[in-house]
Amino acid sequence: MSGNRHPLFMPLIFVGGLIFGFGLGFSHMARPEVVLNFLQFEDFGLLFVMFGAAIVSGIAFAIVPRLRDRAPLTGDTYGRRLKSFDRNVLIGGAIFGVGWGLSGICPGAAYASLGVGNITILWALAGMFVGAYIQGYWRSQRAVSETTPAGAD
Amino acid sequence: MVTELFAPALYESLFPVGISRYVVGGLLVGLGAVVIYLGTGIAAGASTFLESTLSYVSDQSWFQRYRSSRDWRVVFTLGIIAGAFAYALTFQSGLVSSGLYEAGATGELYDVGGVTLWLTDVQPWRLFLGGILVGIGTRIGKGCTSGHGVCGVGSASKTSIVGVMTFLAVAIGTAQVVMALGVSP
Repeated sequence: MSGNRHPLFMPLIFVGGLIFGFGLGFSHMARPEVVLNFLQFEDFGLLFVMFGAAIVSGIAFAIVPRLRDRAPLTGDTYGRRLKSFDRNVLIGGAIFGVGWGLSGICPGAAYASLGVGNITILWALAGMFVGAYIQGYWRSQRAVSETTPAGAD
Repeated sequence: MVTELFAPALYESLFPVGISRYVVGGLLVGLGAVVIYLGTGIAAGASTFLESTLSYVSDQSWFQRYRSSRDWRVVFTLGIIAGAFAYALTFQSGLVSSGLYEAGATGELYDVGGVTLWLTDVQPWRLFLGGILVGIGTRIGKGCTSGHGVCGVGSASKTSIVGVMTFLAVAIGTAQVVMALGVSP
């Protein structure tokens, strides 16, 4: 990831985001009402979006590492998205769940919502930055109070 | 759909606008993630952008870990916004139509220079307060609906599967309580 990036690195990220965002618009996930309709058991379509996307990415994560060792634009090895499990996954997931259930919007869908013209979603985006800052501020202070050097993640 | 043949009433109540727009949209969301993965090896999530972008303006030590990825995360987010706008220009504006796309009747449509845009009816206080909790929760919980839900579940990560079960269950409970309290929209 460090050093000189391939000139196509940023264009490819943009194209990936473009397809991703078009999909969120087309599936109406950029509309909080439709997400709330799912959470209130009035329209179960959201399951097809999340698991449909997970199946597509799952196929790539399973096959690509067997075909190639390294990604052409970064030289990084292909891996899966594996994060360590601890209490934070449950605590953070629960806090996220309350916020998602209250607002009907999650980060990627909020960016896409802006793209479909929903300027009202700036309330949610402002809230997300405030929330991300609160937890980052708190974790920064805690890292200072603990004398152990901060790890890379 | 096969399900329509044997249980039309059930299908209608579970999927009042059909499933095709959800299936097609979900495949595209997955495809977007795969394009990035193929080229770069990165399994991208959307919520890290919140913290990585704060590193441009905040000296708090926690955010500095995202300095190396903050530029491409901005590009990824701009891509998501542009992709959704491309949808607004085409399907939302009615310029392109398809049997796979159901327009629905949520929110309000408005017109700017021939482009049909869309506004939510959900109240700002819900969006703002919910947004704060989403910002805290996704970052403490190591991912959101795209990081855990799409890439993590796609990776068969037990952490992500537990994360998804947690936020899905809590979100359903919260939305049901909010509805029962008569808060709408």
